[in-house]
Amino acid sequence: MPSFTLLGQALVSGVLIGGLYGLLGLGLTLSWGLLHLINIAYFGLAFLSAYLTYHLGEVYHLPPWYAAALLVPAFFAAGVALHWTLARFRVAGLVSLLVTFGLIVVVEAVIQIVWTADFRKLELPYLTASAKLGPVYLPYMELTAFLIAAALAVGTWAVLRYTYFGKAVRAAAEEPSMAAAYGINHRANALLIAGLCAASAAVAGIFIALTTTLAPSQMFAWFGVVFAVVIIGGLGNPLGALVAGVLIGVAESMTMALIAPAWAPVVAFSLLIALLIWQPRWL
Amino acid sequence: MALTRNGRAAPAIVAVAAAALFLVPAAKVPAFYESFLYLMFYWIALATSWNILSGYAHYLSFGHGAFFGAGVYATATLTTKLGVPFLASIPLAAGVAALLALGIGAVVFRLNRLRGDLFALLTLAVAFVLATVILNTPIDGGPGVYLSAVPLPNLAGSPSATIYVLGLAIAVIAVAAAYAVAHSRLGLGLFAIHDDEDVAEAKGVPTFRYKMIAFAISAGIAGAVGAVHAMYVSYVTVGETFGITIPLYVVLMSVLGGMRHWLGPAVGAIIIGASLFAFTGGASATVGRAAVALGLIAVILLLPDGVVPTLLRRSGALFRRSAAPAAAPPATPPAAAAVPAAPRREPAAADAGPLLVCDGVHRSFGGIHALRGVQLEVKRGEILGLVGPNGSGKTTLINVVSGHYPRDAGSIALDGREIGHLKPHRVAQMGIARTYQIPRPFAHLSALDNVVLAATFGRESDKASVRAEARHWLDFAGLGARAHALPGALNLHERKFLELARALAAHPSLLMLDEVLAGLTPTEIENAVALIRRIRDAGTTILFVEHNMRAVLELCDRLVVLNYGAVIASGAPREVMRNPEVVSAYLGGTHA
Repeated sequence: MPSFTLLGQALVSGVLIGGLYGLLGLGLTLSWGLLHLINIAYFGLAFLSAYLTYHLGEVYHLPPWYAAALLVPAFFAAGVALHWTLARFRVAGLVSLLVTFGLIVVVEAVIQIVWTADFRKLELPYLTASAKLGPVYLPYMELTAFLIAAALAVGTWAVLRYTYFGKAVRAAAEEPSMAAAYGINHRANALLIAGLCAASAAVAGIFIALTTTLAPSQMFAWFGVVFAVVIIGGLGNPLGALVAGVLIGVAESMTMALIAPAWAPVVAFSLLIALLIWQPRWL
Repeated sequence: MALTRNGRAAPAIVAVAAAALFLVPAAKVPAFYESFLYLMFYWIALATSWNILSGYAHYLSFGHGAFFGAGVYATATLTTKLGVPFLASIPLAAGVAALLALGIGAVVFRLNRLRGDLFALLTLAVAFVLATVILNTPIDGGPGVYLSAVPLPNLAGSPSATIYVLGLAIAVIAVAAAYAVAHSRLGLGLFAIHDDEDVAEAKGVPTFRYKMIAFAISAGIAGAVGAVHAMYVSYVTVGETFGITIPLYVVLMSVLGGMRHWLGPAVGAIIIGASLFAFTGGASATVGRAAVALGLIAVILLLPDGVVPTLLRRSGALFRRSAAPAAAPPATPPAAAAVPAAPRREPAAADAGPLLVCDGVHRSFGGIHALRGVQLEVKRGEILGLVGPNGSGKTTLINVVSGHYPRDAGSIALDGREIGHLKPHRVAQMGIARTYQIPRPFAHLSALDNVVLAATFGRESDKASVRAEARHWLDFAGLGARAHALPGALNLHERKFLELARALAAHPSLLMLDEVLAGLTPTEIENAVALIRRIRDAGTTILFVEHNMRAVLELCDRLVVLNYGAVIASGAPREVMRNPEVVSAYLGGTHA
């Protein structure tokens, strides 16, 4: 039986990494639930953002907040452009999955060509600093990532629920032609949502660069977990994604602590498959 | 069928080419050529097998590598650890892959919502889970598995020739399977699932079973490819086996070649397989992967149907002018098509009580009780009108009787046999057919094939008579001249009559018509009323849901009124319409 310290540490790490899962799932869940585009290219964008953050830090010695100031608006624009293109060719549903699957492979190949398949890690003194809560370590950077992920999830949820914009977007997701008849400009709203999704991918990427070791193939490993997060959390539900992210993060870190680290990747899918068999109403 | 019509020459050409390729080892060509051709067969078999489920039924799998990998590691384990001979390991590897597919299918094919999306992502996920499991267990354990010590039986003179022959054999099996499936009931059902799975089920297609069968065939072939490939590379690793290459390439090959044609993936595999040869080794492999991914995007956006169907359409326009759908003359009104109805199934016993009995049928959605204890009987040979204000539960009742929504409580009996627990396709085969308020034809099947599907699955039938039957019902509905048109080219009136022809082709004993008259002009309504009367005169019992009161009073023998999910009145039409409760239901609460 592992010690309580180990379990406590696993719990904290699980919650913190869960925030990052939720943040990575934000773009996919909004795009899938509200725009009916299964846009997995956001993973590619998140990793591109991570590598760019790494590059800006390692080569130009720019601190991460400069990277954020540069990347978030740039990715917002890229997301808008991507959505405009997809809408232009009337891509939807499973076809959007095919197209964005192609995109993610292109991004992965580009990353591999530019930064090679080697592991990359941003080395900065404050990245490893952590507070101590009794015997449990609380790394500042992971904590920051979690807080920002939570703030973004709650903020997005509140916007969708309480503002006119959010209601218009949800109405158009439900019944596009009916919403259009009531004067909702879904095309403009959709571009804005797509831009925000890409911007959230940029934020996620920055924290991936700050808290993990990068390798191009990692993209697909994260992908599986985040897909599970999005489904379990409920499509189009940013808060659900955060909660599911934390749930899976904790389950994974507990598996690492109690069984073996190598089995962690199976956890998310076991949860997902169990859920698909169970089929609760909210799924 | 539109997709298979012009396929007389192609199977013969493919068979001759395959036979010729089997003779290549006898010509003692350098091993390099055998190896190059083997890789072609490898891609042909993988892409073609993927297409059997994913192309035909449009359940896109991103995990084809998982089944291939299951085959690779099944053979690696069986031959190196358990001493099974290599040849015997091939069918076992296929079996392992097929079982894996059935397991995944059992989970995801039962879902009602998002099943296509979840299937796609779950298959992608399964590949990673399988890779993790194999990497962390003695199946591989990390260092990879060497098969160099496994004896390779000499089938064709040299080891490379033996691998060549095995690869070719599996490619031939894959293409033959794709051809056979496309030309069978299974294929017809899969194409219907592609267009509208709920309607396919309602027309009698056993959708769950068909998807499972197609998935097992698809995965089994991929497993066999993996078994041979393990021997070809003779050193297998998790990284190489479960990478993104296979899922990516098979999708692109099929999309490029054409996913609705049995030969499409093979053509795509040859085009891409040959061009991939330009990118081999190290950095250029990455460039090649990016090029393929860009190609995928470009093809989807610019050539969504794929190469083979596009070419067939072009050549078809040159050689087969008669089949061009746009050239068909406008529909004749149904009254002009004075075709007598075909003899129908014998009523079990004419005086054996009502045909359909609903007893206390309940159905709720969340907190909304759409049906609360519906009690009604449909007598043999009558037209029973079912009316009620919007939202009173008429369409829900049709959906519950046809099995689309399971009932929460109560019993539904046809000919005295309980059918309330049956899947929609079983209900359809029992003799209940329905039409949809908003027509839902299979968009990629011609009008004739839409009816052929209903005739094929609606009851037991032999294949020869099905097309003649389908023609008959199309003529009966006045759509004879539009047989080869795609539903998108029909107007609303024609699509409504296509719905009717499709329902009648199943030879139902009970026909449920859901607002067939809505949206038609007065003349079209007259035609439709005449047609419905002829259907009844030929012996079919009809449940007629309609808002057009004039037509209801003209046609119906009896009337049942629903309000808030319960029957509030029934009896002779004119009496029922004078019932004060009915009047108040239509005009609002306080008038009675």
